[in-house]
Amino acid sequence: MFDHLDALVLARAQFAFTVSFHFIFPSFSIGLASYLMVLEGLWLKTGRGVYANLYRYWLKIFAVAFGMGVVSGIVMSYQFGTNWSVFSDKAGPVIGPLMAYEVLTAFFLEAGFLGVMLFGISKVGKGLHFFATCMVALGTFISATWIISTNSWMHTPAGFAINAQGQFVPAGSWLPIIFNPSFPYRLTHVVLAAYLTTSLVVAAVGAWHLLRDRQNPGARKMFSMAMWMVVIAAPLQIAAGDTQGLNTLEHQPAKLLAMEGDFDASPNGAPLILFGIPSQKDAKVHYKVELPRLGSLILKHDPTAPLPGLKDFPRDKWPPVAIVFWSFRLMVALGMAMLGLGVFGLWARYRKRLYDWPLLHRTALLLGPSGFVAVIAGWVTTEVGRQPYTVYGYLLTSQSHSPLAASAVATSLAAFVVVYFAVFGAGTYYLLRLMSHAPEAHESEPANIPQRASGITPAASVVGE
Amino acid sequence: MHYNYDLATIWAFILAFAIFAYVVMDGFDLGIGILFPSFAVGDERDQAMNSIAPVWDGNETWLVLGGGGLMAAFPLAYAIILPATYPLVIAMLLGLVFRGVAFEYRWRDPRHRALWDAAFTLGSVVATLAQGMLLGAVLQGIHVENRAYAGGWLDWLTPFSVLTGVSLLIGYALLGASWLIGKTDGQAQQHARRLSFWLGIATFMAMAAVSAATPFLSFDYWHRWFEMPGVLLTAQVPLLVVLAAAGFFWSLKRGSERLPFLITLLLFALGFVGLGISMFPYVVPRAVTIWQAAAPGKSQMFMLVGTVVIIPLILGYTGWAYWVFRGKAGVEGYH
Repeated sequence: MFDHLDALVLARAQFAFTVSFHFIFPSFSIGLASYLMVLEGLWLKTGRGVYANLYRYWLKIFAVAFGMGVVSGIVMSYQFGTNWSVFSDKAGPVIGPLMAYEVLTAFFLEAGFLGVMLFGISKVGKGLHFFATCMVALGTFISATWIISTNSWMHTPAGFAINAQGQFVPAGSWLPIIFNPSFPYRLTHVVLAAYLTTSLVVAAVGAWHLLRDRQNPGARKMFSMAMWMVVIAAPLQIAAGDTQGLNTLEHQPAKLLAMEGDFDASPNGAPLILFGIPSQKDAKVHYKVELPRLGSLILKHDPTAPLPGLKDFPRDKWPPVAIVFWSFRLMVALGMAMLGLGVFGLWARYRKRLYDWPLLHRTALLLGPSGFVAVIAGWVTTEVGRQPYTVYGYLLTSQSHSPLAASAVATSLAAFVVVYFAVFGAGTYYLLRLMSHAPEAHESEPANIPQRASGITPAASVVGE
Repeated sequence: MHYNYDLATIWAFILAFAIFAYVVMDGFDLGIGILFPSFAVGDERDQAMNSIAPVWDGNETWLVLGGGGLMAAFPLAYAIILPATYPLVIAMLLGLVFRGVAFEYRWRDPRHRALWDAAFTLGSVVATLAQGMLLGAVLQGIHVENRAYAGGWLDWLTPFSVLTGVSLLIGYALLGASWLIGKTDGQAQQHARRLSFWLGIATFMAMAAVSAATPFLSFDYWHRWFEMPGVLLTAQVPLLVVLAAAGFFWSLKRGSERLPFLITLLLFALGFVGLGISMFPYVVPRAVTIWQAAAPGKSQMFMLVGTVVIIPLILGYTGWAYWVFRGKAGVEGYH
């Protein structure tokens, strides 16, 4: 059934599938690790039981999500070699060390302290346990830093030379490689996305339980904390997205023009196309609804500033316009909805109705998964927008893949699809089940953990619910 | 350029260390997975799982370092070996997916526990077989043309690679069984001792079989192992293995709790040295040396600076985590 597809298309589908699945888990666990750190810190500072209970409540969820992130992440570290061996050979000398540093500084840190965080509450002192939580949170952040640096280098390669074997090699200092032009913008955007995604999930879980019991102290506390985070992070994220857009215009104009749907150059100021049906073949957007000059105002901060069009670039260097155009709009629309939720929450707080306004809670519930959708949409925008290159401007995707038969790649792709849907489907079910339990006054008492012979201490109950 | 050559050797040793750390540390995790069906449902299984739950993730991270480090330090080797063993690598990764999620999932719903226990075993067996066969595939040689793999996608499947796969399965099971002697007591410990005894015998037979087959894979290996004066040095390895074997059974008989595991580690170390003798300085035997595969000196140097500082730190806090969870793994959890 895969005979009509070539190995390149299949390898791209496989990478897109495995990385999209993987990216869901870190975008949740980066934020959740920080949230756990805040909860435990507040518990140590105030001694209030509600924080300790919320910590244990979310720790169980974190353990499952983190486990899924780990196993899907190991797949990624080998996908480069299995399916993109030419890319690995050529770009390895530059991006390999960045990824090795990620393993050394982040993965070991997370994994080493995770055991103590999950199982060690009764084995080490409170302070040391808090330290372990902080190290796991720090590890998730360091991990994001290195991998985004690596990814950014593929978009905006800098600080390299090309040797006789056609390999990208460091030209001199590593600083221009690590701090390549799009890295700071991308890192900000991704980390804020993780915080926003997590706070939306926490808000939705809180809202779900508030709809059932407005007096539940754990539900009230988590909902309030999450709604603060949404109202702070959503506008910051929109601003961060705007600066990344400006950076993309500077370094990857074709990608940005595809996002905007600007096929033709706009010498007198570009419009902002709200909707339309872009056609790569006809090189125009059909049925478009546009606001004149707003595009230039956003991108150049001047309504009459000229902007180029995709037609100024060779046609075979255009990314797939329709995908990028739509995924970008989906991401932006969700971002605006998140901002709306944040403002709604602020208004409810001002009117002292944060805990008893079902419409607010239903809205928060509805937007609970929106962070994941936005993250994937944003990822699709930037990665599909990078096409037709793996290393932007230097190495074509069609020259990066492994010398594999299509049947081999097709078989493995099918195996990944089946296994991921089964395993991560089950994991999602367990996560939802954990979330459907109301946070209780004593999250860790043995009475809550009848299924397992373990759990005299809080530590054991963490994993052995 | 001279320092470049030395760097490549240093990196070969660092990666060998990472792979060895992975093999022995995740080896006993995977071994417990392989033996899991033989443990009684209930306390014995819970105890076995509890003995590795806090540390398995850190153990597995050495595999990521092995893969990431290979790409960074020897990108050409990474770009040749992984396509050459493609189905094995994919099978290993999928096996590790099942194995890894089972740690959490089995506690989430008692009705599903039998399912995830089976996934734990199946994942461990598949991952181990794949790793063992990968080793065999590399040892027997890979067809390389123009800096790329040039064979078919099932070239790795030979009687030799099947032998190495089965051997690793036995070896990991021994690591798991001997680890449990130290971590359990009562019935469970008795069981672990019996398993260790039979797996010990099987491991020595497997080591003998692989050692006997390897020198015949190519002239080069024969030459390395049996020609004077090198044989004076290489002969020490099988000699030490025999001594270690005697020590292993003696420690079992004596009822020692920790020695059987430590001697198993020594056995793996000796096997690893043997591998080194066969392979060095090739990273893809008979096709690519570590110097041909090496990333530029700048890349290797950049990583080396961090590695020499960070690896001791990692060993420090990993050791601390092991120390926190020292002693018997109770069925009641950790306290």
